[in-house]
Amino acid sequence: MNFDQARFSRDDVYEPLLSEKDSTTVEVDADGVLPDDLTRDELTLPALSEPQLARHYTRLSQMNYSVELGPYPLGSCTMKYNPSFTEDVAGDPRAAVHPDRSDRTVQGTLGLLHGLQEYLADIGGMDAVTLQPPAGAAGEFTGILIAKAYHEARDDDRSEIIIPASAHGTNFASAAMAGYDVVELPSDEDGRVDIEALDAAISEETAALMLTNPNTLGLFERDIVEIADMVHEAGGLLYYDGANFNALLGRARPGDMGFDIMHYNVHKTFATPHGGGGPGAGPVGVVDELAEYLPSPMVRETAAGYEQYEPESSIGKVHGFAGNWLVLVKAYAYIARLGDEGLADASAKAVLNANYLASQIDLDVPYGPFHHEFAATSGDRDAADVAKRMLDYGVHPPTTKWPELVPEAMLTEPTEVEDKASLDDLAHAFNAAYADSDEALETAPSKTSARRIDQVSAARNPRLSWQSLGDEE
Amino acid sequence: MTAGNGRRVGSPYAPHTDADEAAMLDAIGVDSVEDLFDIPADVRFDDEFGIDSTDERELRQSLADLFARNEELTEFLGRGHHAHYVPALVDDLSRRSEFLTSYTQYQPEIAQGFLQVLFEYQSMLVELTGLPVANCSMYDAATALAEAALLANRLRRGASGHRVLVPEHLHEGRLGVLENYLDGADMEIGEYPMDDGAVDVDALSDLVDDETVMVYAESPTVRGVIEERLADIGDIAHENDALFCLGSDVVALSLLQEPASVGADVVVGEAGALGIGSAYGMGLGIFATREEYLRQVPGRLVGVSEDSEDMRAFTLTLQTREQHIRKERATSNICTNQAWVALRTAMHIAWLGPDRLVGIAKDAVTEARALAQRLDDLSGVKAPVHDRHHFREFVVYTDQPAPAITNDLAGRGFAVHALDDHHIQVCITEANADAADEFVAAFEEVA
Repeated sequence: MNFDQARFSRDDVYEPLLSEKDSTTVEVDADGVLPDDLTRDELTLPALSEPQLARHYTRLSQMNYSVELGPYPLGSCTMKYNPSFTEDVAGDPRAAVHPDRSDRTVQGTLGLLHGLQEYLADIGGMDAVTLQPPAGAAGEFTGILIAKAYHEARDDDRSEIIIPASAHGTNFASAAMAGYDVVELPSDEDGRVDIEALDAAISEETAALMLTNPNTLGLFERDIVEIADMVHEAGGLLYYDGANFNALLGRARPGDMGFDIMHYNVHKTFATPHGGGGPGAGPVGVVDELAEYLPSPMVRETAAGYEQYEPESSIGKVHGFAGNWLVLVKAYAYIARLGDEGLADASAKAVLNANYLASQIDLDVPYGPFHHEFAATSGDRDAADVAKRMLDYGVHPPTTKWPELVPEAMLTEPTEVEDKASLDDLAHAFNAAYADSDEALETAPSKTSARRIDQVSAARNPRLSWQSLGDEE
Repeated sequence: MTAGNGRRVGSPYAPHTDADEAAMLDAIGVDSVEDLFDIPADVRFDDEFGIDSTDERELRQSLADLFARNEELTEFLGRGHHAHYVPALVDDLSRRSEFLTSYTQYQPEIAQGFLQVLFEYQSMLVELTGLPVANCSMYDAATALAEAALLANRLRRGASGHRVLVPEHLHEGRLGVLENYLDGADMEIGEYPMDDGAVDVDALSDLVDDETVMVYAESPTVRGVIEERLADIGDIAHENDALFCLGSDVVALSLLQEPASVGADVVVGEAGALGIGSAYGMGLGIFATREEYLRQVPGRLVGVSEDSEDMRAFTLTLQTREQHIRKERATSNICTNQAWVALRTAMHIAWLGPDRLVGIAKDAVTEARALAQRLDDLSGVKAPVHDRHHFREFVVYTDQPAPAITNDLAGRGFAVHALDDHHIQVCITEANADAADEFVAAFEEVA
């Protein structure tokens, strides 16, 4: 497949900034609306006509790669196709209600939230689910706060969270934000949890162990039952990071593996669009014993209809209101569309695709058997350079140089939405880039809107607004 | 089982034909997809969830039926979540799949479009706040406030205490989130009193001490009051080496005193009103601060650089602050954020231009004033309760029990929020202003 990304340019810039096209300064005259000293003096903002704006943003959209343009196999990101109809459903004007509305008047909204709570509980093998956390990391933070509340209720003062070295960076940051010391766990030579190291790490200080399963190499933690027992015997809780849950739908449930708390990344597993970085949603499921600590409010069904309630020992709020409502609607719609059969098939095809792609690339994949993603190594080639070269083939490259366990890692997750032909294109991009000359790798990409961007100077001399550019021009 | 097009029944979004699947299995060297799952038997799930798959048309119908159970009320609701008219241009362009279905811009060469939009968004926030650094987004105003407090605390590690002072009138959601975020940092929250809806500056002055790392004030407040003594509040904070954090919203910022001019060190608040409208509380947290705190900022930042052809190009920058590099020493755990809502907000601001943006903000003052006056004319009603300037919303006193009035208004097609036994909060924007006459008439009937 040949690829040339759209590229609008003028002199030494690509599409000019809004501020460079037309900018207007208005005097903010209070007109007797407010006393002068309560208002600002002036405001300078772009002032373009609607047709000009339509062109500006359409051009910019064409200089942006997306999952509807081609494969986007970022490992641990689950960039699957986002069904169009879910946008329409979320756009229903009757769903656009205010959070201060009384329960009686928003039975539709509460009904959907309740339905999603139930769906997610079933799919994860959990007993109760909060939908409030607005992202995966917020879900982690919520889950750790729940663990903390649980221990505190037992006058059990614990100071540590154990996290495998290969875990997502958010795990460490979320545990630290909740006030815990992080104990980093090395992997064993097979790339899984090192049981001996875990045994040494667990103590009466252990509040929880956070695990991703399959882990970030795509490997299932085969000893999960033993791991759960070890953590529970020490009085700790087991936390499931749901980033890789797309591998397991309908085949295994965190609740059945002994996990006490989990978060779901609905923008990964349940196909809500990533929107260039968000919004997502990170619902958190817990076992019965922890349900009383969930954030407030929760939704339950009574004879009189749906109502919101505050769990008995709730940790309180993790979002100002009820989380990212529109995202939750799309997740509900996706799950209801697929049902049991579709969800199980999504995982089957995600795992099939990862294994097929790995079989077609010339790069070594040191750890297995993997599921929905694999960590290839580019060996003596710089993984970041190989990735830049892959861009020229009209595909998005994998996550690079992570997890660190694999040298020059290329963590690849094709998801279930690619067909064989698309995977063959992807494999071709891998192989061609991997085999290319040093010079080609270092100068790539050449088919994208912008050429290789100097990251170092961006950080050394931060220019973070169009106002900061004025000084130089 | 095979569908008519040769594709197996299962996920409608997995495109494999039987022939493809067979060829793929053959290439891998296994007989069946099940052979690829390395899951021990004792944790295999052999049951069903009991969720039936649903045809797209049927599902849309059933969800439409579900949402039809929401009563069609005209909302006069605010308290941090506001509805403004969102132009079709914003819906149309933001839903372009190149924007909507892209990921965080880890490969900037292929993601210049979104990076530029976020850079433009940051620039708009810089203009509105007067502060030189604005990030790409926080989840909402509540989490942005909490992140500001954590930033203030990091700057004052050596302080004898770690207290954040917040107003007596603070949205319960913001207070609740703040409590949870501060708990892990061993910080505490102090509350200062309000005087007729605005900051009691003398009382605040008595409360600020060397254990205070941040003073938080809002304008407009959760009750819609425009704060008149922001500069004094900033001075009090600064005299005690505390940060002054101002909470506002993106529309109010276009009209009210520029935060930098009153000494704000951090500005947080909501921009969801322009970006997403009424969405059951889903929003967009803004976060702007001074240059000297740049390396303490949470969240994503887009900066300018050059590419190998010396063309200006955009990239995520200063990522060593972030969790994927710095792990437990990151400035925040935030990863997925509200980028798409920021994109919509930037589009909306650009569509309005400065004139119309300021115009909406002025309307928020005059419409609220006019509506309060009309309600005040009713028997048994006093509005606004606070003798202050208001933005979009205000508190109403009623002789009759407020919950009963709220209930009766719902019966007449209007939603308002009862604060307590005799106080109701009312909010007006262009989204409900056309119904103001009927609203006042209904209020007169029930009050």
